[in-house]
Amino acid sequence: MHPAKSVIFFTTASGAGYGLGFWLILLSLTGLAPQTPLLGWAGFSLAFVLVTAGLLASTFHLGHPERAWRALSQWRTSWLSREGVAAVATYIPVGLYGAGWVFGADLSQPFWQTVGGLGAALCVITVFCTAMIYASLKPVHAWRSAVTPAAYLALAWATGAVVLTVLVRLDAGLADMRAAVDTIALFGIALSTVIKRVHWFRVTKTHGTGSAESATGLGDLGKVTLLEAPHTEANYLLKEMGFSIARQHAAALWRAAFIAGVILPFALIAVAGAMPSSLGLVLTALAALSAAIGVVVERWLFFAQAKHSVTLYYGADRA
Amino acid sequence: MTALPARELATKLGLVIDLDICVGCHACAVNCKEWNAGGHSAPLTDSDPYGADPSGVWFNRIHTFEVETEAGDSRTVHFPKSCLHCDDAPCVTVCPTGASYKRVEDGIVLVNADTCIGCKLCSWACPYGAREYDEDAGVMKKCTLCIDKIYNETLPVESRVPACVSTCPAGARSFGDLGDPNSDVSKIVAARGGYDLMPEQGCKPVNKYLPPRPRKHDPDGEGLSPVEADQAGLLARWVDRLFTR
Repeated sequence: MHPAKSVIFFTTASGAGYGLGFWLILLSLTGLAPQTPLLGWAGFSLAFVLVTAGLLASTFHLGHPERAWRALSQWRTSWLSREGVAAVATYIPVGLYGAGWVFGADLSQPFWQTVGGLGAALCVITVFCTAMIYASLKPVHAWRSAVTPAAYLALAWATGAVVLTVLVRLDAGLADMRAAVDTIALFGIALSTVIKRVHWFRVTKTHGTGSAESATGLGDLGKVTLLEAPHTEANYLLKEMGFSIARQHAAALWRAAFIAGVILPFALIAVAGAMPSSLGLVLTALAALSAAIGVVVERWLFFAQAKHSVTLYYGADRA
Repeated sequence: MTALPARELATKLGLVIDLDICVGCHACAVNCKEWNAGGHSAPLTDSDPYGADPSGVWFNRIHTFEVETEAGDSRTVHFPKSCLHCDDAPCVTVCPTGASYKRVEDGIVLVNADTCIGCKLCSWACPYGAREYDEDAGVMKKCTLCIDKIYNETLPVESRVPACVSTCPAGARSFGDLGDPNSDVSKIVAARGGYDLMPEQGCKPVNKYLPPRPRKHDPDGEGLSPVEADQAGLLARWVDRLFTR
């Protein structure tokens, strides 16, 4: 599948934003995060920027961005529509909770706890809907599994938490929650690694039930191979669904994603935990930068490696 | 609305393509392009049509496959492919705006170009590659089964069939109501063992394909005999004897 830059940026940035919002609220609700204005401003603004920039970018690949509002209408059947509705809905409780945080509301009140709980749940639901857009597509075997939403949720957890490891080092008053945030980030990275390993196995070692024989219905006669394509140049189908550029570099890119997205951030955050704040800030910032590169490469591979069943009509044996 | 019709449709207009007859001339694709370039989903934009890298929107594409038996015997099968107007069309249900829809009255799957946002998700959801994006118009396009032709009362009755059907010089394409078990198309599907493409996808396509007929078996493998010795004339028998020796 064609890895559109806008969709890669959208899914990674919004994933980190929702992850960050989720952990801020959860740590606040559990009393682990002190209600300092700095953490509120920095955390909720950054989550807002990541999510909003991602959502705006996702409209760039549309043929008619000015009609994007129409995508909120078909939530009964369409995961893309559900994602849009959930994304818009998430702004309300998360924004409200962020405002309550920075303007000094008593967040221990049941009202704020309800708002916070709703916001945290909607962060999870929105990321889940994003993943289900892909997981619901039967023609793409690589995505059609519970591994897809699991990976999106785990990576949102990990990237959001890695960003938070930086924020909690901005202020000495946040020193007490650093250990908890670091642990959450390290667990998130480890969990994502396990889930993505399963995804890698699915992509490289398994394939869908379709074949050139089932696609043409000619299997009873014998082995089916493409003799002549319908057109001499690549058409929309081949550019969009038959994307295979650099697939041969997948193993190298996978290693790059592993080093940048797992090894480096894990080591940097682990070391940062034992360092004074200023050095810890530098190390965690490097970890966040490295994780960002890693997750972008991961997302590129998620698209580029996935094969679509239409390729069975264009010479693929299996898809 | 992108929900599929709730009930089983009474009328399911569609195509039956006979792979035994198709000669792979691409006339159906060309006439499809010609008609639809001015039809319901017009234009079918081409980019760089006369340049080095031409591409454009087509609703019908003709693939050619080679099928080889285990014995090493092979045959060529020309394979036209367009939208199959599925009963369970995933391209319809994934649409976030309701632009993609299946008509209750005849089962035809269409795109409303006024509400399509060009997100391309329907083309990802279609296992067959029936939808092609128009970069120029920014909307998705697909086979309309020539709704502007089949219901067109200004045309003679015999012309009220899709452009691909009316142009096929070999008669490999039939059009009709596959929801009616007594229609001509349903009868030919039943008689010839018409089948669905990619049944594993569960889309329940309306269009059906008729398999190539089995080849007449020649156990001795001698093929055609140029001269039937007992019926041949004097000269032929003499030539045969001369060269057989």
